[in-house]
Parts: sequence; C-alpha cells; structure tokens
Amino acid sequence: MDGIFNLVPLIVLIPLGGLLINLFAGRKLGETGVGIVASGAAGLSFLISVLMWVGLAANDFAGTVVPFMDWIKIPAVGLSIPWEFRVDTLSVTMMLVVSGVGTLIHIYAIGYMHGDERFPRFFVYLNLFLASMLTLVSGNNYAMLFVGWELVGLCSFLLIGFWFDKAGYEGIKNSNAASKAFIVNRVGDFGMIMAILLTFWTFGTVDFGPVEAPPAHEAEMEVEEAGEAEEVAESVGVFALAEQFVEEDRTVPIGPMEVPVRHVIVAITLLFLLGATGKSAQIPLFVWLPDAMAGPTPVSALIHAATMVTAGIYMITRSNVLYEIARGIPILPFGLTTPGIVAIIGAATAFVAGTIAMAQWDIKRVLAYSTISQLGFMVAAVGVGGYVAGMFHLATHAFFKALLFLSAGSVIHGMEHGHHHISHGGHDDDGFDPQDMRYMGGLWGRMRITSIVYIVGALALAGIFPLAGFWSKDEILADALNRGGTDGNIAFALLTVAAGFTAFYMGRQVLMIFFGKPRHAAAEHAVESPAVMTWPLIGLAVLSVIGGIMNLPGVHTLSDWLGASVHHAHAGEFNPVLAGGATLLALVALALAYAVYGRKAVTDDMNDPLASPLGPIWKFLNGKWYWDEFYDVIAVGPFNVIGRFLADTVDWELWHDGFHDKVLAAGFNRIGDFLANPFDLGIIDGIVNGIARVVGRLGGAMRGIQNGYVRSYAFSIFLGVVFVVIVILVPVVLAG
Amino acid sequence: MDQSAVNIGLYVILSGVLFTIGIVGVLVRRSAIMIFMAIELMLNSANLALVAFARQHGGVDGQIIAFLVMVIAAAEVAVGLTIIVAVFRRIKTVDVDKLHSLKG
Repeated sequence: MDGIFNLVPLIVLIPLGGLLINLFAGRKLGETGVGIVASGAAGLSFLISVLMWVGLAANDFAGTVVPFMDWIKIPAVGLSIPWEFRVDTLSVTMMLVVSGVGTLIHIYAIGYMHGDERFPRFFVYLNLFLASMLTLVSGNNYAMLFVGWELVGLCSFLLIGFWFDKAGYEGIKNSNAASKAFIVNRVGDFGMIMAILLTFWTFGTVDFGPVEAPPAHEAEMEVEEAGEAEEVAESVGVFALAEQFVEEDRTVPIGPMEVPVRHVIVAITLLFLLGATGKSAQIPLFVWLPDAMAGPTPVSALIHAATMVTAGIYMITRSNVLYEIARGIPILPFGLTTPGIVAIIGAATAFVAGTIAMAQWDIKRVLAYSTISQLGFMVAAVGVGGYVAGMFHLATHAFFKALLFLSAGSVIHGMEHGHHHISHGGHDDDGFDPQDMRYMGGLWGRMRITSIVYIVGALALAGIFPLAGFWSKDEILADALNRGGTDGNIAFALLTVAAGFTAFYMGRQVLMIFFGKPRHAAAEHAVESPAVMTWPLIGLAVLSVIGGIMNLPGVHTLSDWLGASVHHAHAGEFNPVLAGGATLLALVALALAYAVYGRKAVTDDMNDPLASPLGPIWKFLNGKWYWDEFYDVIAVGPFNVIGRFLADTVDWELWHDGFHDKVLAAGFNRIGDFLANPFDLGIIDGIVNGIARVVGRLGGAMRGIQNGYVRSYAFSIFLGVVFVVIVILVPVVLAG
Repeated sequence: MDQSAVNIGLYVILSGVLFTIGIVGVLVRRSAIMIFMAIELMLNSANLALVAFARQHGGVDGQIIAFLVMVIAAAEVAVGLTIIVAVFRRIKTVDVDKLHSLKG
C-alpha cells in the first residue's frame, strides 16, 4: 500500500500541466476546452488526494516522505534542502480541502467567467494557484512551504487585480486592491522568512523530519530517536531537534550572545505568528482581505475564503511542537505566552471583524469580514492548543464560506442580468451596484436554488445544530474554555460574543437579500444562474450540512486522524451546556436580526434600521473601525511623505539638481572651461602663436635683405669676401 | 728680370686699384653691360696680380692660372653676353634694377 504514496508529486504536477496546456493552447481550445482542462486537472488532483487518504487509512495513518528531487544544497554550511513531499494526515487533510473545494470552484468559474475576454488566463491563474497551494501544504520543509506561501501570494495578487482593465476608476481600484494585498502580505512574509532563517540557524535544518509514527508505533521510534540525533540531524527534523535541544538546555549563539534555545523558539514562534497574521488576515494585517474582494467571486471563494488564507493556520498547526514548547515560557505580564498571544489575536480579530461585518452594505464585503472573523476563530483555536478544532473549523469553513461566496457570486450574476434586462444596454443609471444589498431584496422568488443554498451556508456559519459550523465552532469554544488562564478566558469571552455577531450579521444579510420586497428594478428581473454554477453550490451545500460528521463528539474521527501527525493533537471534549448555550445564543442573535430587519430590511432613505438608533457606533462600524484610515495616518501617509521627500527633495533636488547639476555638470563645465580657456587658448595656443610670431618676425627681418637689387647682393658678397680676407690675414699679420 | 723690374708693389697697387674700380663699377652701375665690363676688369686685375707674383717668384703657376682665367672669362663673356642679349630682347632694357622679377 506504500507504493500509492509515490503518486503524490502528481497533485502538483497535474495542475501545472493543466496550466501549461491552457497557457499555450488556451485561445484555440475555446471556453469549454479551457474549462475542461483546468477543472479536469483540479479533479485529478482531488482524485490523487483521495488516493492518499485511502492509502493512509489503509496504513494505520502512517504516512511517509516522498523524495522528488534535490533542490538547495550548500555543503559548506551543511544546508541541504531536498524537494520532498510529505504525506501525513495533516497534509492530506489540507490536500483534500484544497483540491476538493478547488475542483468545485473551477467548475463554477466556467459559468461565472463566461464571456470574459481573458477566460483562458483566468484558468491558468487558478491552476497555478492550485499547484502553489498544494506545494505549500505538501512540502516537507519550511523552504518548500515558503515557496508555496509566496506563490499563492502571487496568484492572489494576479487574481485580485484580474479586472484591472475595467473602465474608469473601477479598474484602478481593482489594481490598487491587488497591490494592497501584496504589500500588506510583505510584512507577514518578512516574519516568515526571518522565522525560517532563525530556524535554520538554530537547528541547522528546516526539514519537518520523517513522518511521526502513529501512537501504536511510537515505542519503536523512540529507541531510534534517542540514539544518534546529532549525526543524523538532517533527517530528524526541526521538531524532534527542538524537543531535544530544550531538554538539553542548549544555547544558541546569536551575535555576541548565547541565547537559551527556549527563547529562540519563542522568537521563532512570534515571527511565524507575524507571517500568519499576514496570510490569514489577522489583526493587525487583516486590512487587505476586504479589498481583495475586488477579484472575481470564484477567486474570493477559493483563495480568500477557503484555502490560501488558511495557510497560516496550517503553518501554526504544522509547527505545533514549537508552539507547545513556547507555551511554557511566559513573555508578557499575566503569564502570557506566544500561543496565548496567538489565541488573543485570533479572538480579537474574530470580534472586531464580526462587528464590522454587521454594518456593511456590500454582499461580498460582509462575507469578507465574516471570513476574517472565522479565521480569527481558527487562529484562536490553534492558540489555545486546539489544533484539531482549528483544522476542523478550517475544513468546515472552507465548505460553507466557499458556498456563501459562490452563492453571492450567483446573486451578483443574477442582479447584473436583471440590470442588463432593464437598462437594455443603453443608459447607465445612478451608480447602480450589483453587489450592494440595499438594491436587493425578494430574490427568494426569483433565484430559488441560490436562496436555499445560501441559507444553508448562512445557518452553517451561524452554528445552528446540526450543520457543520455548529460542531467545529463549538469545539473551538470548548477548547478555549478548557484552556482557561488569562488567554483562554479572554479568547473564550471574545469568541462567544463573536459567535453571536456571526449569527446576527448572517441573519441580516439573508433577510436583506432574499426576503422583503425587491428594492430595485434589477432585483425584480434577476434570474437564476446556469446549472454549471448551481451544481457546485449544491455540492458545497451538502458538504456544509454533513461536514460535522468528520469529528463528531465521542467519535473523534478527525482527532484520531490528525493525532497521527499533529504531535499535540487532542480530542475536544463535548460540553453539552456550552453547545446548548452557543446554539441558544445563535438563535437569539438570529431572532434579533429578524426583529430588526424582518419587516423592513432597509429604511426609506436607503439606510440601515440600526443606523439612527446607534448613531456614531454604527458609523464607526460602517467605517470599519477606521483601520484603513489609521494605517493611512501611521503608515501609508508617512510612507508617501517619505517617498515624496525622497523622490522630490533627496533624489530630484538634492541628488539630481544638487549633486548632478551642481557638482557633476558644473564641475565638468568648470574643468572643461579651464581646459578650453586658460589651458588651450592660453598655453597651447600661446606656444603655437609664439613660434609663429618669432618665425614671422625673423622672416620680416630677413625680407629686408632680399630687395631684388643685384647690386646689393653683390655688395653682400663683397662684404663677405672682405670678411674672409680679414679672417685669413689677421692671424698672418699678428704672427708676422 | 731684375733690371727690367718695376717694383712689385706697383703692380699689386695697380691690381688693387683696378679691382676696386671693378667692385665699384659692379656696385654702382645699373647697366648690365657696364657691370659685365666691371667684372672683366676685376678678372683682369686678378690676372695682373697673378702674373706679377709669378714673375716675382719666377714660377709659371701664376701665368697658367692667368691663362685659365682668360679662357674662363672668354667663355663667360660668350654666355653672359648671350644672356644680356636675350634679356634685352625680351624686356627691352638691360637695367639690372628692373630685372627683379623671376617671372618670364
């Protein structure tokens, strides 16, 4: 059965092949061909993932590492990073989620992107994303994880800005959103790469190590591990080394200091946390995700809800050994540790994003903030040590949030269709926005399938028994409560409130979109989307309903499964009081939403019924806590000022005008002037002219003799003769 | 030789006077003919000195050179007169001060 694992490179290679086919032959294949190639590649990847799952299940969950090729090798520093695929229960879980949800979204996108002039390119990007994301989750070292991490960031950038060429301000807005996502992620990636380098510095390797044996085999493994860990450092992996180093109380040389390895691990985990806050959109770096909704809706569903943004949770879960070591080392008052900070950041994000989601008008923006909020749940879960709960919520959230986004896409599609119908392609009316929920209403009658699946997704998200969200969210709350302590209690309190918010804003959204009377002619003429779009929705809706069976309390399928690869996995305890309370809270929140929005979802002046009673609070929430404005003030503004200063003052005035004009050009001119005037004209010409003048004067003097009179020449000869005679005679006369 | 001897000094003085006349003639006269004649005068004054010294010393060297000078002078006269005639034919004058152009 082990042989089946050797197929694992294909999960990356197949989407890669799909993207190459579409890249070079996309125009010729036509929309159908491109769609089939891309979706087929995604489907085959899913098939391989299922085979991996079957293989693991048949092998007592014991995975393996599949070497693929050599990659980075620097013998001088003992660096050797091969390109290896890791098949264990954690990576296969991610593969299943990514390729499974990915396949459905590929199919959906065939309908959604119909008629787009860059249809093939969209699918090239989607396949590239799939290959990158699968690299991220299947790599057996942090370097491969980082490559995937950066590649999905690139795909995110390309896909958010996919409609950069839309007319007018819209296109610029899309392209700015893409840049914003990319730049904000740089901050997190800085943390990632620092963490990876520090890991290599400390442990001499970035490998995850061999796949841990499931509990049944653990006894044999320990004998092996205890032996020569030092010599075979390469193959033991970071996590085993970390535990060993901590046990031996080693120190790590950093600059002139010797730092205890525990503190280095704290630093590594904090830097990884920074990476996770970027990619998984947590406080303080979540601001890019709402803007990322500028991309086409399938992108929002696949990348910005179901898969890419969960990379941070996967990464922390993968590094659970490091985080659990850091849990023993308080670094802040109240005994706060790194995982505690993770938990509080996650819970705070869940809370803040939940409040913002309650006061937005844009259908996708509500879902975006909801996604941030749910990612906060997952981060909080891994922070309180509930790795299984986090992964569980990751999986169920991938189902129902992808469902919600795709249904929202279907709604937008329908609204655009309706708008097209009434405007007859002629005039453009008063800034109609097909994503604004204020223009919707009453779609229940016109888009029945979309409405049903949307409501299923909303209830799953709200955590209503027995849908998927109920089980996973409940497990997170239970884990937080069991963790206790400062961080556990803060996280539990914030998460509980956030869970209430979740039910409230989903109730608000459903009531606004599907019930009441249509508030715009476009909503009256909206039509249901084609089957290629609705079928994936139905598939996801089924998953959202039954997703909970993955890890039912008492059965703990997922806990056992993940326990084989996540060292610190533990089965969550089911707390009936808590579960009942949470459900009650969700129901109360839904009832409240009905009370507020049930009769009249939007006031006559197109505002929220809560806007006037809440006043400034509502404005504050609608303004998204003014995070963007805050960053504008503390980061973007100063950056622009500095940038302008550097460009205008330093570069242009100082460097260009000052140095270039005043020093270089002026100096050149001065030297040139010197060479031309005093030197060339003065000295060189002086010499030449002087010679000429001397010769001229001599010539003038000589010319006087040459008068042309024969007699004067004769006279000269005569004088010469006299002279010669004198010269001859004088000695003779003197001598004699 | 002694009895008929006139003092050698007189010959030399005569020769010098003739030579001086020749020189002055060359320097002051303008006519090519006159200059020519002055040159002949100088040649003959030299001949006179040569012959006188030869007689004084009893050798023949001076006389031989005197003959040589006469022969050359004869040749020179032939060439010189020819040139003068040719010049006169062309520019109708033998005034040497007018002959300052080499252009034909």
